Amino acid sequence: MEYILIVIAAIFVNNVVLSKFLGICPFLGVSSKINTSIGMAGAVTFVMVIATMVTFLLQRYILDPLGAGFMQTIVFILVIASLVQMVEIILKKISPALYQALGIFLPLITTNCAVLGIAILVIKNNYNLLEGVVYAAASAIGFGFALVIMAGIREQLELANIPKGMKGVPIALLTAGILALAFMGFAGIVK
Amino acid sequence: MNRIANLTRGIFRENPTFVLVLGMCPTLATTSSAINGMGMGLATMFVLLCSNAVISLIAGFIPDKVRIPSYIVVIATFVTIVDLLMQAYTQSLYEKLGIFIPLIVVNCIVLGRAEAFANKNGVLDSALDGLGMGIGFTLALTILGSIRELLGNFTIFGLRVLPKDPSWSRAAFFHEPMLVFVLAPGAFIVLAYLIAIFNKIRKQ
Repeated sequence: MEYILIVIAAIFVNNVVLSKFLGICPFLGVSSKINTSIGMAGAVTFVMVIATMVTFLLQRYILDPLGAGFMQTIVFILVIASLVQMVEIILKKISPALYQALGIFLPLITTNCAVLGIAILVIKNNYNLLEGVVYAAASAIGFGFALVIMAGIREQLELANIPKGMKGVPIALLTAGILALAFMGFAGIVK
Repeated sequence: MNRIANLTRGIFRENPTFVLVLGMCPTLATTSSAINGMGMGLATMFVLLCSNAVISLIAGFIPDKVRIPSYIVVIATFVTIVDLLMQAYTQSLYEKLGIFIPLIVVNCIVLGRAEAFANKNGVLDSALDGLGMGIGFTLALTILGSIRELLGNFTIFGLRVLPKDPSWSRAAFFHEPMLVFVLAPGAFIVLAYLIAIFNKIRKQ
């Protein structure tokens, strides 16, 4: 039950993009086509779950016993950056098909603040390892969910007649604002 | 003359928020009030200034292949310094900005300026560039925060601008602050219109 609550809260109530404002750059950058947004969502899910697992273990078994909590930011970002590189190399070797699908999105993920943000939030919320992984996976699904909805809307927006000054980023932000408004309707489902 | 251009570039012509549209996460997340936006902007400015200066000094010694991770370590060091300083001296602001202080490390502006400017230019120019970009970012966040606070709470920097008592005006607009502007959707909507207005002004 606890895990179901974490999942629902992370996907709908506190959606990582639309209510926590994490990962806005890829949300605006890679949301013009549904196909690419699905690829991005897959890559983010993959990296986020692995990164959360690794950073959790590092924090619990290395930083905390050493009393080096202040090193969190530096350690986490280095781990995530090298993890992304490693995932890229391993995928290339063992699963070229998956690499073809996710490959171009992987380098972009290092600067996706959602990955670092979720890793830090898992520590801040005092989750255990399993809760942390479930939370990370659900957040990633929430990210993908928002990204795919946004891409669907933007594909339609291409055809719409938009005032010149609003073209590009402003209309994307406005769409995101209306989406966020819709997601506010989920508030209160889970405490 | 050139030095002045380095400083002013980030403030208007290449404003990181309105023109380059970088670092959107903190821009949207921390501007629920003017003071939060300004705090976030100043923290980022400090990191930008220091990391730009240090990176321009050490860029010559770093092999090309490992430059990005090296820059990230430098940036993360200054982020940690800001994090600890704010925790010590501005406790309430620190709690409000929360996770977004460590996240300065993945703010695209900081790494972007290191890669685009600081590794090719001298210390003073790089520091000025960082300072200018930081001022531009701070201004953008403060403006965004002020507008959201004004619409959502009728205050700016906590000072009451419009009275809460609805009887002073007949227009329904002034009777109740629109809370939604302090919440998540308001961030997107206000920023969308600000960028559109800024584009309009810049084109003229």
